[in-house]
Amino acid sequence: MAIDSKVVARAAHLARLRVDDSETAELSARLNDILGMVDQLQQADVDQVEPLAHPLEVSQPLRDDQVDEPDVRDKVLHLAPASEDGCFLVPRVID
Amino acid sequence: MHDKTLTELKAGLQAGDFSSRELTEHFLARIKQHDGKLNSFISVTEAQALQQADAADQAIAAGDHRLLTGLPIAHKDIFCTEGVRTSCGSRMLDNFIAPYTATAVEKMAQQGAVMLGKTNMDEFAMGSSNETSFYGPVKNPWDTERVPGGSSGGAAASLAARLAPGATGTDTGGSIRQPAALNGVTGLKPTYGRVSRWGMIAFASSLDQAGPLGLSAADCALMLQAMAGHDAKDSTCLNEPVDDYLGALAQNVDGLKIGVPEEFFPDNLDGAIADNAREAMRELEKQGAKLVKLSLPSIKLSVPAYYVIAPAEASSNLSRFDGVRFGYRCEDPKDLEDLYKRSRSEGFGAEVKRRILVGTYALSAGYYDAYYKRAQKVRRLIRNDFARAFKEVDVIMGPTSPETAFKLGAKADDPVNMYMADVFTIAVNLAGLPALSMPSGFVNGLPAGTQVIGNYFQEGRILSVAHRYQMATDWHQQAPGDFA
Repeated sequence: MAIDSKVVARAAHLARLRVDDSETAELSARLNDILGMVDQLQQADVDQVEPLAHPLEVSQPLRDDQVDEPDVRDKVLHLAPASEDGCFLVPRVID
Repeated sequence: MHDKTLTELKAGLQAGDFSSRELTEHFLARIKQHDGKLNSFISVTEAQALQQADAADQAIAAGDHRLLTGLPIAHKDIFCTEGVRTSCGSRMLDNFIAPYTATAVEKMAQQGAVMLGKTNMDEFAMGSSNETSFYGPVKNPWDTERVPGGSSGGAAASLAARLAPGATGTDTGGSIRQPAALNGVTGLKPTYGRVSRWGMIAFASSLDQAGPLGLSAADCALMLQAMAGHDAKDSTCLNEPVDDYLGALAQNVDGLKIGVPEEFFPDNLDGAIADNAREAMRELEKQGAKLVKLSLPSIKLSVPAYYVIAPAEASSNLSRFDGVRFGYRCEDPKDLEDLYKRSRSEGFGAEVKRRILVGTYALSAGYYDAYYKRAQKVRRLIRNDFARAFKEVDVIMGPTSPETAFKLGAKADDPVNMYMADVFTIAVNLAGLPALSMPSGFVNGLPAGTQVIGNYFQEGRILSVAHRYQMATDWHQQAPGDFA
């Protein structure tokens, strides 16, 4: 299906990206180029094929449910753009 | 010293011909002198490098020789390095000082490696030309009007210009092999899960794999020996014994069966590129290898399958960059949504945003089956093609890249054309196989590379094939004139 400005706006909102009106036309055109190329996938006969997520199909290893991470708050909190009292700061969410 | 391979430098350090400090100072001086023309480094960690070099010299004096003791290595700026900016080529992480070190880097440090600095790359490893970096494009040392390939373009260019004797890279769709080919160096992407991804900033987690770039296959074997191995901190890192890659170099190619897929030599391929790869295979044939024609019919769908799976995984992985916990935050957000949206829009470049949007679209309600699930099914077909082929042959070969280094800007506005740069490398990532690119001569004065693909965990085998080729040829020893 063709990508229009509405589809771009919806995907941008889902991805929390701001796309200005001035960018939409160019972006729609490029995304259509990419999806046009991707549409070659429709040629493949895959009815009897299972999806493959991991090339070696190994399953995730389990470990004991024990805390093994040290407390690294002081080591990482200074990387935050804004913090206070050991917490990340964001604009007010609830009035 | 800079005209020597890592293997030769290791011998020189052991023999006491020079110290690690002398060696490190020599490469730091070369970076200062030449990198203004190339832009291959984002950060040079001089003080830390000299400290590590002095520690290495003390270890050598005490008789403690490890795999990489005293050898300078340049790390791609995708690997977290504690106390050092780790930008991933993005404005988003321009201010990010990593609080810990990636396992692959740490394992090399434990073997005595000296970190010279962090190399330039396409933003979040998304690119095949190194033009999407926030820090500006890297130039190809063979012709500075041309791209070095990508995304590990800084790694490959710094090696070719002899600004570093060894480098790390990452390869999601060709990001080690394609720049290795375009710069005339050797680069290896190991089996998926052979090297830990912990501390390596994620692009597409089911495809990403770290590996070495060097001036020879032997150098890559030396670096991989240090990098490979199980790491409990990466749940996809495989718990398989690490082979003796240096020992494997002694194997010859007598009786080796080389698969030659017709899909790697399509009708529209530049004849000079095809001839170059065929010539490399003929050299191995002279040494006793046998060429076997075969077909991998599904790999013609590898680029479209990749451009669903990789952006889908990227859109999920890159959701962590939200302007809250680390990285770039916009000025004066009016509310939380504005903070997310503007931080991400201002922090990411155009190609990264395109891929996030493609991935978000492909995963969104109503499109998941048609795109993502279908791409994963095609991925199985591609893997099955390789599995069938490896019942008949030991390795598979062809050109690494359909073209030599192209001009800066030539594809910048045409993403789909850019994506085709990886047409011969992407299938390997989808299948999770190991593969390397080795220099195989020149086409119109620019380096060309030949790819050697192996079965799972056959890194030693493909390294030995490249090593045998390099014992009989000198393409890998040639350096660009301005940087010799």
